[in-house]
Amino acid sequence: MTAKRSPGRQVLLQGNEAVVEGALAAGCLFFAGYPITPATEISEVMSYRLPAVDGTFIQMEDEIASLGAVIGASLAGVKSMTATSGPGFSLMQENLGFACVAEVPCVVVNVMRGGPSTGLPTNVSQGDVMQSRWGTHGDHPIIVLAASTTQDCFSLTLRAFNLSEKYRTPVILLLDEVVAHTREKIYLPHPDEIEVIDRIRPNMPPDWYIPYEDNSRGVPPMSPFGEGYRYHVTGLVHDVRGFPTQRSEEIVGFMNRLFRKINQNFFDIQQIGEEMIEDAELVVMAYGSVSRSARRAVREARERGIKAGLVQLISLWPFPRQAVEPILRQVRAVLVPELNMGQMSREIKRVNQGQTRIETLNRIDGSLIGPNEILTRLLRM
Amino acid sequence: MAEATKLIHKYLRHDKKFPHVWCPGCGNGILLGSLIRGIDRTGIEKDDIVIVSGIGCSGRLSVYVDFNTVHTTHGRALTFATGIKLANPKLNVIVIMGDGDATAIGGNHFIHAARRNLDLTAIVVNNNIYGMTGGQYSPTTPYGAMAATSLYGNIEHAFSIAELAVMAGAGMVSRGTVYHAAMLDDLIEKAILRRGFAVVEVMSHCHVQYGRRNKMGDAVDMLRLQKESAVRAEKAAQMSEQEMRGRFTIGVLADREMPVYTEEYEKVRKAAKEMMDGGRKAEGEEAKAQGKRRKRENEGQARHAEI
Repeated sequence: MTAKRSPGRQVLLQGNEAVVEGALAAGCLFFAGYPITPATEISEVMSYRLPAVDGTFIQMEDEIASLGAVIGASLAGVKSMTATSGPGFSLMQENLGFACVAEVPCVVVNVMRGGPSTGLPTNVSQGDVMQSRWGTHGDHPIIVLAASTTQDCFSLTLRAFNLSEKYRTPVILLLDEVVAHTREKIYLPHPDEIEVIDRIRPNMPPDWYIPYEDNSRGVPPMSPFGEGYRYHVTGLVHDVRGFPTQRSEEIVGFMNRLFRKINQNFFDIQQIGEEMIEDAELVVMAYGSVSRSARRAVREARERGIKAGLVQLISLWPFPRQAVEPILRQVRAVLVPELNMGQMSREIKRVNQGQTRIETLNRIDGSLIGPNEILTRLLRM
Repeated sequence: MAEATKLIHKYLRHDKKFPHVWCPGCGNGILLGSLIRGIDRTGIEKDDIVIVSGIGCSGRLSVYVDFNTVHTTHGRALTFATGIKLANPKLNVIVIMGDGDATAIGGNHFIHAARRNLDLTAIVVNNNIYGMTGGQYSPTTPYGAMAATSLYGNIEHAFSIAELAVMAGAGMVSRGTVYHAAMLDDLIEKAILRRGFAVVEVMSHCHVQYGRRNKMGDAVDMLRLQKESAVRAEKAAQMSEQEMRGRFTIGVLADREMPVYTEEYEKVRKAAKEMMDGGRKAEGEEAKAQGKRRKRENEGQARHAEI
């Protein structure tokens, strides 16, 4: 064998640990969190890794404070993140809205467990899909990614940071308990092999800096505090200088830009995985740990002569409509297995507009949907 | 006057449209003046100062001053400040909160920030009421007082914010009033220069939402009441509990030398690096030892071969 030696390394890691590796590779130097199952390992590993690279870990008094500190650190110019699960994610919704409106890059990892309320703390679920989209009050755009493997945990954490820095927005990474706690071999690339994106900083003299001025990208350059660009950051709807406004044209201008910066970059954000789609008549659309069961089911269905295919949804929000729509048109029926009462299937049905048959497979008892369950359904479809 | 004009030009935002949102006679304007004078005396550059405020009347202060400013969510100002300070310890972070902001919705953050003794300055403007929302009772509304949500008299007991901060472990705690403006300049300056968590409770008034309902007169009457109720710390120490009833202490109430969070965290970083280096060294030695073993074995084999 003459394979070129890869510069990275193979390691055995848990999903939560891989999140930390992804964050460190992205240049994350600040983590604030609060203990919660099943996300705690992320805090624990961060607490001993970050100080060794001159980063900072702090355990805050609750999840509200955790995201507050993360936003503060990001304003001071440091890439920051937090990690939590359902109850903590609920508490974070307030400051998540702040990060959207004030356009502060940060990453929030939500390891989904059974809900609502304290729910099923140690069991797997995908019940926070809609909360991740609409959890904080008011109209707002958001980017949400969903990981399905330990390798995903690394690469999507890195991608979450890159997207948040590029578009000055909080990015939510959804794991589920199975993904977070699955230990498997992954490839950790060498720093030279990965792309790390940093927020664009202003290069004009401070007097010329208009912190929220629109440009072709819709993303204004962002200065860290303490470098001469003194400006105001607020959760109030603000004008281009960052000052609160109640003038109709300024409100509309601001809100439109907030949405436009995500919408016009839709194709950069959209991400799905496809397997055996070309000639597929039946397609399973899944995300997170369920997509792994689905992959196995689809392969087994092929062995039995059924033309099945898999679409793995990786960017959940904005919904990867452009990628999914042509597949919906092409197939006979779609199966959407998920660990909730039907949250993503609802969105898929909305996009489908009644053209193709959509079937759902829901499980809410805290256990994973296995390949057999999906295969059985595929055989009947 | 010339001095005041100079300060106004230096520290207030020219591109922000005044007037401010506060009612005529509000204590927040006096606090704003004290804050600027206090900061000016420290000689710290504007670029190195961050003002973080919460929600409420006092929260609006941050928009008027020409520093790095953040107007955060209700009660969470200290959490944002914690992140800013930890990410860049060179910045001087001053937090402005109201009484409801700091001790009701943000009460948890307040005691934990004090406990950590992170190098922040926390100014709590206490006007005994939620003013901006129309005068509902707050954690500092006195027992029996009238408020928009206690029309039959308040049945809850008030927090003493300064004492709460002392008990929670803040490095420096002081209390002033907007009547004693010169003293307030002083207390704010001291608090900014003090390393560790420094709290200044500023007794203020809301004649519109609180004074009016409790028949306490106008802004001037309420300022007079501050003058009459305030007792300097040195004098209060000699007064009996009976004499102090209905009054409050002003001045520096606690000033303790305690480890500062960022310095403590430097120790964590050092320990973490040593541990990681130790691990790496151990790995290196292991590899070296293995190498030597292999070399010896090879040499041994070579000797065998020679024989």
